[in-house]
Amino acid sequence: MSSRDRILAQIRQNKPEAVPLPAVTTFKSDFADTEEKFRETLAAIYTEVIAVKNLEELTQKAEELYKGVVNRATTIPALSAWADFSLNVSDPHELETVEIAIVQAEFGVAENGAVWISDRYLPHRVLPFITQNLAIVIPRNALVDNMHEAYARLQDTLGWGCFIAGPSKTADIEQSLVIGAHGARSMVIFLLEDD
Amino acid sequence: MSKTVMEHAEASEVFNRDEPYVNWHDETLWFVRQKRDKSSRQLPEWEQLREAASGIKHYVLSHLDELLISFEQKAKENGVQVHWAANAAEHNEIVLGLLKKHRIDKMVKSKSMLTEECHMNEFLHKNGIEVIDTDLGERIVQLRNEPPSHIVLPAIHLKKKDIGDLFHEHLGTEAGATDPQYLTEAARQHLRDKFLTRRAALTGVNFAVAETGGFVVSTNEGNADMGAHLADIHIACMGFEKIIPKQEHLGVFLRLLARSATGQPITTYSSHFKKPREGQEMHIIIVDNGRSTQLGRKDFRNSLKCIRCGACMNTCPVYRRSGGHSYHNAVAGPIGSILAPNLDMTKNADLPFASTLCGSCSNVCPVKIDIHDQLYKWRQVLAKEGHVHKSKEIGIRAMSAVLAQPRFYQWSGRLGRTVMRAMPFVVNNALNPWYKQRDMPEPPKESFRDWYVRNRKN
Ligand code: SF4
Repeated sequence: MSSRDRILAQIRQNKPEAVPLPAVTTFKSDFADTEEKFRETLAAIYTEVIAVKNLEELTQKAEELYKGVVNRATTIPALSAWADFSLNVSDPHELETVEIAIVQAEFGVAENGAVWISDRYLPHRVLPFITQNLAIVIPRNALVDNMHEAYARLQDTLGWGCFIAGPSKTADIEQSLVIGAHGARSMVIFLLEDD
Repeated sequence: MSKTVMEHAEASEVFNRDEPYVNWHDETLWFVRQKRDKSSRQLPEWEQLREAASGIKHYVLSHLDELLISFEQKAKENGVQVHWAANAAEHNEIVLGLLKKHRIDKMVKSKSMLTEECHMNEFLHKNGIEVIDTDLGERIVQLRNEPPSHIVLPAIHLKKKDIGDLFHEHLGTEAGATDPQYLTEAARQHLRDKFLTRRAALTGVNFAVAETGGFVVSTNEGNADMGAHLADIHIACMGFEKIIPKQEHLGVFLRLLARSATGQPITTYSSHFKKPREGQEMHIIIVDNGRSTQLGRKDFRNSLKCIRCGACMNTCPVYRRSGGHSYHNAVAGPIGSILAPNLDMTKNADLPFASTLCGSCSNVCPVKIDIHDQLYKWRQVLAKEGHVHKSKEIGIRAMSAVLAQPRFYQWSGRLGRTVMRAMPFVVNNALNPWYKQRDMPEPPKESFRDWYVRNRKN
């Protein structure tokens, strides 16, 4: 017998009597102001949230914020003049010199400050991790209260997707928090007014 | 039986020699526990979430075969290759086989307690494969040639100075440097080079979803993603209990996991893998290694609900004062002490005794495992099967004799209180293991029962 069949047989023999799934596995979070909660949560994890009216204002803010930084990459067509690094590479290793990436994401979660980014928006999965600094753009009206709402929204995860909550961090040395372990050293979230 | 490892009690005695250090260890973990408390109190539905998580996991245990089959089928449809390993040796062989097939002799790995359980690094090393652990804490203990002392905080037992010295030796940082920022930066540069040059990456699995065939890996550092998205081949290893029925259930578990572990509302990265990226190979190894046996142990099967948050360790007064290594098992602390005897009763018979049975572990457990009850039950099983040290066995036998006879219990209690008051040296001496590192309490003048009888009428 293969290990697979042996394991399954042993499970069948040893598993407890069938019980049903719990009736309630989603809960509501009632925040007075979802956007306010989102900002507050992100502030606590070292991430600035900046509201911008339109793509022009986004470009302007990007210029200000990352002045003098070279190797700028983006997945947002309207920012292509701002970027000087093409994501049109075949090998993800070539992204190793990206200093700042501004990428489109789908939505944000107020309870934990996480934003959902996936294959739908990324030509390379490694981009949000390998870049030294990360900025994410989401529509201002694309915020949900908690993870239950997030999964209700996430009908399909495509091939890969990730909730990202702030810059990379570690506290492995005597529990002192250090920002910038292996992933991005800083994170900014742009809330875009019009789509 | 040749025993190279020290028993828990002995090892903790060694750990306890440096009192300021033990106090620091104790306080550091208690600090993490308090962060968990604060964070959990911010969710009014916390207790309901725990209840839901426990209920979902109960469903999982009772439908494991079906869920695993569905997961396998979906994963295959998604282009992922699925392997099954009955035990640690088979798991290690599968990993080695995959690497050999691709002629790869260097791999990056993100944190996986399962590979620790299987002693995979050692095995691969013997077969000429270099494995670099990429979680900072794991890398630190790897450079020191020791196992992690905690499942979430692998280097929690080390001070800045230890790490500074270690990095000076291995990574060329300045002698005497202890600044965490500086040391982390050195590790970042060192590991970035590994990420960029390794063609294989291994990760653990936090949750596998039967409905979609996908799996979730949570990290704060981003090391799992850095490894997996750059490598040609991604190997994910999971104990079969990591399965959950539906994607929406991740809502429950991701809300509980990081809050219970470190007090964060969620880990920085919760990466959902479903299909390999173009040109990449993705493999999943589903591992049993004693789990199906534990499933058959009615009293202990709930331990398979564990989501490895580490909360039970952070709160455990014994863990905090004896350190993870004293448990001589990949998973330390209260939950490790339940899992270990399942794997080897002889070697791990001491572990269920490494607890005060205060119940704090069960109180914090996000999936409501009856941890302290299971520890208590293991003691009975181990004693019955003859795995318990004679001195403990005599104690247990005497205790059950006393507890079985109420009159005898009252009499012996009274005798004990009198003896302790009149001749404290009888208990405050080195022959009494309870006296080590602590003074025996002042005995009460009367028992609760006597007090109750006296006061009942008023
Ligand atoms: S037993 Fe419970 S508290 Fe302990 S690590 Fe597992 S899930 Fe966390």
